[in-house]
Amino acid sequence: MKPLREVGIAGYGVYIPMYRIKAKEIARVWKRAGKLPIEEKSVVGLDEDSATMAVEAALNALKRARIDPSSIGAIRLGTESKPYAVKPTATIVAEAIGASPKVAAADLEFACKAGTEAMESCIALVASSMVRYALAIGVDTAQGRPRDELEYTAGCGAAAYIFSLKSSETLAYIEASLSYATDTPDFWRRPGEIYPQHAQRFTGAPAYFHHIISAAKMLMDELGLKPSDFKYAVFHQPNLKFPISVGLKLGFKKEQILPGIVANIIGNTYAASSLMGLASVLDKATSGDRILLVSYGSGAGSDAFSIVVQDAIEEKRNLAPLVSDYINRRKYINYSTYLYFRGKINM
Amino acid sequence: MEKPVIIGIGYTRIGEHWEKSLRELAVEAALMALDNAGVNRVDAIYVSNMMSGALQEQEHLGSLIATYLGLKGTPACKIEAACASGGMAIHQAFLAVASGYYDTVLVVGVEKMTDRLTSEVTFALAMAEDREYVVSTGATFVGLNALLYRLYLTKFNVDQKSIAKFPVIAHENALNAPHAQLKRKISVEDVLSSPIIADPIHLFECAPIGDGAAALVIASPKAAKESQKDTYIELAGSAAATDIMSLHERLDLLTLFASVKASQKAYKMAKVKPSDIDILEVHDAFSILAPIALEDLGFAKKGEGWKMIENMDVSLSGNLPTNTMGGLKARGHPVGATGIYQAVDAILQLKGEAGKNQVDNPTLALLQSTGGVGGTVVVNILKKR
Amino acid sequence: MSVPRYWRERKIKYRLIGGKCKTCGRSFYPPRKVCPYCSSREVEKILLPRKGKVLSYAIIHVPPKGFENYSPYVVAIVELENGARVLAQLTDIDENEVKIGLEVEAVFRKYSEQSPEGIIEYGIKFRPVLKHAA
Repeated sequence: MKPLREVGIAGYGVYIPMYRIKAKEIARVWKRAGKLPIEEKSVVGLDEDSATMAVEAALNALKRARIDPSSIGAIRLGTESKPYAVKPTATIVAEAIGASPKVAAADLEFACKAGTEAMESCIALVASSMVRYALAIGVDTAQGRPRDELEYTAGCGAAAYIFSLKSSETLAYIEASLSYATDTPDFWRRPGEIYPQHAQRFTGAPAYFHHIISAAKMLMDELGLKPSDFKYAVFHQPNLKFPISVGLKLGFKKEQILPGIVANIIGNTYAASSLMGLASVLDKATSGDRILLVSYGSGAGSDAFSIVVQDAIEEKRNLAPLVSDYINRRKYINYSTYLYFRGKINM
Repeated sequence: MEKPVIIGIGYTRIGEHWEKSLRELAVEAALMALDNAGVNRVDAIYVSNMMSGALQEQEHLGSLIATYLGLKGTPACKIEAACASGGMAIHQAFLAVASGYYDTVLVVGVEKMTDRLTSEVTFALAMAEDREYVVSTGATFVGLNALLYRLYLTKFNVDQKSIAKFPVIAHENALNAPHAQLKRKISVEDVLSSPIIADPIHLFECAPIGDGAAALVIASPKAAKESQKDTYIELAGSAAATDIMSLHERLDLLTLFASVKASQKAYKMAKVKPSDIDILEVHDAFSILAPIALEDLGFAKKGEGWKMIENMDVSLSGNLPTNTMGGLKARGHPVGATGIYQAVDAILQLKGEAGKNQVDNPTLALLQSTGGVGGTVVVNILKKR
Repeated sequence: MSVPRYWRERKIKYRLIGGKCKTCGRSFYPPRKVCPYCSSREVEKILLPRKGKVLSYAIIHVPPKGFENYSPYVVAIVELENGARVLAQLTDIDENEVKIGLEVEAVFRKYSEQSPEGIIEYGIKFRPVLKHAA
């Protein structure tokens, strides 16, 4: 998908809560033996939710974009852990950052790719000149079912991107994108259920791998690009193994893939996941670097983007905290504190 | 201006009165005061109370109490100034009688706190503070006083033990006060090892929750003569003041400006100075308020009030006996009634009816009634005639 | 349930909007028509600075209704860079690590819920300043 006018990223920002629980600590409780999918994951504090995390990520993006918040014309917020099942999170964010009232705000859902869905939507709104600046946010406080495999990896985080027409003010621009979607029920949650269900091994080859590989190949074919044309390849990261494996399968090398992986130490931040990986690459990239970003959302689909970094990254990068600044801010908690923070034991 | 006099006092014991309702407590204290005054009608009734709406779902206390006293027709209303309601009601009665419009006024303070859960009472007490910008942060009333306490300890480099001594003295005094709520000896170790409510405030530094009512009959000297009282307690000075309501907005957080302003005006009216005061009633809802009161009322320099506690100057045998029946901490603090209880306790001293706690021949008493964290302060000075 | 009461203050609470007196120069929170210090009516609304330091703090162990799930928590008087004082909770810090003078920054957080089915009340809390290059 190539819009009629080129769109760039005016600013980006992330947020990761400070608490961490080690996978080993979870394994201790369930007496699970064997290799663990990641080292540790992030956990929200008692006073945090998708709205609060989205606000901080958005404020960081505003710092880098250096624009007045009232000039944001649209906010698209992708999440599967809304504080209200009915009542948009995007309007809370709009008020909190000063983008209200003249703004188009809505929440999107597509499991872990709701964040890149938000990006697609924002790119279109900007390219069509319907708005000057559009804010896309991916955020989640994913709940892991106790004892389940996903309990080890379901983490919390937010990432925000402000789009505008490409200019000398944008720190990167979108060459093209491509979305690939099928009805593939690998992971879902029915209304009223607290925890999602997943189809175990089915979430691998026919789900994660098929959609990412298909979207990536189709995009690269359309653009006439090969893996060696990219400096970085960032994938949705439900754990440490999958993004490395899919990248290698596509023909990328480990040194292209690893800089964009943060899941090993913050977990799978669901709708923020690939956006967080992109941010950690932007934190170190230089002008001219080409980045492949491919998300994956259960249900299922992938959004693939080819992004090229511009000069403005050098002066904009340090206007807000880096992903590593949030990663370095951490406090370990034990399993009982984790249950308390996640609302599983309450008054 | 002819200064009004107090010709009758009435009061209930303070405690958990499971069997008595708000109106029954008020009537008990009021009838005792009317009988003590030798009158059976008054020109007006002021009912001081803070939380009847929040805790009893009852307002319009003026009409309710007038009805239950069989005094229909008498103008009556509720006076509310948070925890200073009692002192404020006395002040309003002073104004009413001094103006000449009323000859006799019944002031009855009442609070019924024990019908509801502690968390509900805590929430109601916090109505003394800004609901939108203070209470909404989860800051409790104890918490706000704790902010003040920590600042005091840090700024003046004071050992908390010196301030924890005040509740110890209070409990000592209450042992011989028949109407007091808490009658047991405690030590500084007991105080500082009691559970922390809001750090650094311990449970035993907080006034208890209790029910009670106290009443006064305030009259013009002319009306007092007619009731043939031989000892008059004159309201020699009465003044009120407000401060910026929220502690954090004030320029000097360690001075309760309202205490300074109200006391200076009251001293001037009564033509006395701090050193003339024989009996002091301070509003010790929390122990930290005692040293700060001693400073703001002119008895100690700023930052040195704690010394008067450490040195026992404020004990019954000291040079400024304070809260001689136990104060808010041990006599009790049924919020809307407290200001009236302070008057009752001072009057018992002035009239020589304080029993084992009797101080030698006192003439002048100063009462400090504080609302919120000093958002309102009323100072009344009583003089034995 | 009291939705309008919370809703009308939201902009001020979400963005730390204060008042600045054009006559005496002091700032305060929340904004209001009349300066609490000099009684002037020349007051303008401003976005308050997001950084400050702790003037005093208290650790609440016995919470009021609605805050039971959070205790113990810390409330503090924070003096912002322009002198305005705010009363707020501190967050992202162990209560034993709080000190007078701690440098803090404003963050948007959840304060309470009106009930489990009711609306969520958000506002500004303060956390130790996050270390970063900017």
